[in-house]
Amino acid sequence: MSYSKPKFKEKYGNFINGKFVAPIGGQYFDNTSPIDNSLIAKYPRSQKEDVELALDAANAAKEAWGNTSAAERASLLNKVADIIEANLEEFALVETCDNGKPIRETLNADIPLAVDHWRYFAACIRSEEGSATELDHNTLSMNIKEPLGVIGQIIPWNFPLLMLSWKLPPALVTGNCVVLKPAEQTPSSATLLMEKIADVFPPGVVNIVHGFGPEAGKPLASSAKVDKVAFTGETTTGQLIMQYASKNLNPVTMELGGKSPNVFFNSVMDADDAYLDKAIEGAVLFAFNQGEVCTCPSRILVQEDIYDAFMERVIERTNAIIQTNPYDVSCMVGAQASNDQYEKIQSYFKIGKDEGAKVLTGGAANKLDGDLANGFYIKPTLLEGHNKMRVFQEEIFGPVACVTKFKDEAEAIEIANDTLYGLGAGVWTRDAHQLYQIPRAIKAGRVWVNCYHAYPAHAPFGGYKKSGFGRENHVMMLNYYRQTKNMLISYDKNKLGFF
Amino acid sequence: MERIAITDAAGRVLEQLKAKHGELIFHQSGGCCDGSAPMVFEKGDMYLDESDILLGTLQDVNFYMNQDQFEYWKHTHLTVDVTEGRGASFSLEIPLGLRFFIHSRLLTNEENEMLNK
Repeated sequence: MSYSKPKFKEKYGNFINGKFVAPIGGQYFDNTSPIDNSLIAKYPRSQKEDVELALDAANAAKEAWGNTSAAERASLLNKVADIIEANLEEFALVETCDNGKPIRETLNADIPLAVDHWRYFAACIRSEEGSATELDHNTLSMNIKEPLGVIGQIIPWNFPLLMLSWKLPPALVTGNCVVLKPAEQTPSSATLLMEKIADVFPPGVVNIVHGFGPEAGKPLASSAKVDKVAFTGETTTGQLIMQYASKNLNPVTMELGGKSPNVFFNSVMDADDAYLDKAIEGAVLFAFNQGEVCTCPSRILVQEDIYDAFMERVIERTNAIIQTNPYDVSCMVGAQASNDQYEKIQSYFKIGKDEGAKVLTGGAANKLDGDLANGFYIKPTLLEGHNKMRVFQEEIFGPVACVTKFKDEAEAIEIANDTLYGLGAGVWTRDAHQLYQIPRAIKAGRVWVNCYHAYPAHAPFGGYKKSGFGRENHVMMLNYYRQTKNMLISYDKNKLGFF
Repeated sequence: MERIAITDAAGRVLEQLKAKHGELIFHQSGGCCDGSAPMVFEKGDMYLDESDILLGTLQDVNFYMNQDQFEYWKHTHLTVDVTEGRGASFSLEIPLGLRFFIHSRLLTNEENEMLNK
């Protein structure tokens, strides 16, 4: 079964103060589909004054929104979830068109998971309580959570609606207003969502401003009118945003990517069974979402005594990946999101080969037929080498995994941790001790054990080291968007006696 | 003998940006999304200190990289090039519909001797 490119309007606006508005300067940019490099629509090329307009709307709305009840806010989040779910196929098609990822993934993963995140945070706020402690017989300490105010959020292009659904619901449900800038590569699903939910929230509570990083992202990140900035992206921009936030003494959260190790101990091959089959798939998950995942398991570490036998199966499974028209439900790996990513990945093939990495499979662009010839397709690629090579150290953000072997547990841990980053990791073993000890020794915020690439709303996600700080998802996320108001109450009628 | 170079096409874009924004710097990014690519900013926009290694100067524009990252990159020669594209970072060429990116090659033994010993 195959779908086709969805219909779009000629151009779209920013969503500010509850309605779509044209950019003040009247400038737009062309957004294209990486599937065939065709035009999707024009989106606002917003400037500082557009961002200011959105921030003013958010600031005007924050007091009333912050005073709504948790029940009211939760019910609106549930309404959003219902609306996305009722239009699941439309969202999936728009997402595939804008990002280039396979339709089977947007239908079965991106959009359903986005729905679940809205529901999860609605549930969280209803079931939590503040705290009160009797410090002594007459003194009560009461902790009340208050919203921060206005949140600036800058999200990436690899999972556009899902990343929006990681960031918006926890900020809104805690009583904050938001100005969110989608990535300029993928503005479409955020726009579609605003069309569908235009009347759900009071005006000014949710605002979406499109545009380029230096023109719209920077004014948002550096504005004194925001109370917090949440960012997903790369390290240099992360550093700049922290620098801007320091001028306003604002908190930030940073999710900045990784170079995640996926470690396979020899016991995975103790039997040729369903578990081994799962482990092989676990290695091939590097190609999931074209490798455009911050936690892409892009370093495969295999114990030396099973290396040849295990890799034979991994290569075979990689070669069985179907790369075709992303609108076709048989497509497993689609197009890279943009031409510059496409070029960057190919430049890594070159330096990888220069450094002596051996191409086990792939290692080149994939020219598809017809209209798809203009799209940005890269063959799923396995490179064999050692961990000091640049392809083992840098986030390529393509369907590329680098493979190396290790002798024992100590060497596995050493290689796994020999990276600037610490976002994700995978550990595969049938050994009960390794199941606990190896994940504990790996310096990463999320270690998948005998699984990979699962992102449930109820599990905290975030980085160690240069992968950033702060967490997303999980109930703990609520406190990243709140202040603690402590009320210290005396029930003692008697004075201190000092004065 | 230099660690870094720039293609003619990228050089022309850099001149265009200098004419518009004044003095600039490059900073090589790492990490996800638009990472692993050089970013160009107005000089003074990014706080730099001794943890940022100066790799070289391209048309009077200093090129920096964080020292931790440099440890993994220092055996390679870098050439800044430009391609059509969209980045989601704050890099100044993005509104032109262009993205700087890096071609790399191994340093020769002679270069390595000179630059890294």
